[in-house]
Amino acid sequence: MGMSLQQIIFGVLSVISLVSALGVVLSKNPVTSVLCLIVTFFTIAGHYIMLNAQFLAVVHIIVYAGAIMVLFLFVIMLMNLNAEIEPQKRSWLKYAGAISGGALLVVLLAALREASVPSLKPESTDIGLIANLGKTLFSQYVVPFEVSSILFLSAMVGAVVIGKKED
Amino acid sequence: MPVQYYIFLSIALFCIGVMGVLMRRNAIIIFMCVELMLNAVNLLMVAFSKMWADAGRVDAGSAQIFVFFIMVVAAAEVAVGLAIIVMVYRNSHSVDINIMNRLKN
Repeated sequence: MGMSLQQIIFGVLSVISLVSALGVVLSKNPVTSVLCLIVTFFTIAGHYIMLNAQFLAVVHIIVYAGAIMVLFLFVIMLMNLNAEIEPQKRSWLKYAGAISGGALLVVLLAALREASVPSLKPESTDIGLIANLGKTLFSQYVVPFEVSSILFLSAMVGAVVIGKKED
Repeated sequence: MPVQYYIFLSIALFCIGVMGVLMRRNAIIIFMCVELMLNAVNLLMVAFSKMWADAGRVDAGSAQIFVFFIMVVAAAEVAVGLAIIVMVYRNSHSVDINIMNRLKN
C-alpha cells in the first residue's frame, strides 16, 4: 500500500503538532511551553495550507505566532517566572486530570470512529483564496465583521483599564 | 485522504488541551491550553470546509469565515485575559490559580 505525498506530509505534521502540544502541557519551564505552542501553531498553519486555506494559514501565523505568543512570552518574561517557583498540584489531582482527559479522548474517538464522512479529494479548491473569502465576508458576514470590530475596541479599552495601576 | 484523520488529530489536540487545563496550576499555561483547544476546533472546521468544497458546495467558505471570527475573539480574549493575569500577579505576586479561588481580598 503506497502512501501519497499528502498522507506523508499529514503524518509528519501531525506527529510534530501532537508532540509539541504534549510539550506545552508537560514542560516545567513556561518559556519552553510557549515555544512548544508556537511550534504547534506553525504545524497547524501547515495543515491549513494542505487543506487549501491559504489565507487562514497566513492570518493564523500573523495573529498567533506574531501577536498572541509574543504577548504570552512578554508577560512570562515580565513576571520572571521559572520552574522552581511554580506551585505543583497534588499528584492525585494531576492523575485525576490526566485520567479525565484520557477518558474524554477515548469516548470521543470511540464515538467518531465509525462516522461516515467522505474522503478529501487530492485536487485543490479555491475557496480559501482571499478573493473568495473576501467576497463571502463582505457580502454575507458584514454585520458580524463590524460587531467583531466593536468587540476588539472594547477588549482594548478593557485591557488598558484592567492593566492600569491605580494610584 | 479521509476526513477521519483530521477528526482524530483534532480530538487528540483538544484532549491534550483539556488535560493541560486540569493538570497545571500556572494560570498562563492554562490559558495557553485554552488556545490549543480553540485551535483544534479551528483545524476541524477547516477540514470540514475542504470536505464541503469537494462536495461542490459554493458556501463552503463560510466555515473559514467562522475560523477567522474565532481567531478575532481569541485575540481579544488573550488581551483581556493577560491583563487580568498581570493584575493578579501585581497584587499577589503569583500566577497560581489556587490563589484566585478566593476572589475577595
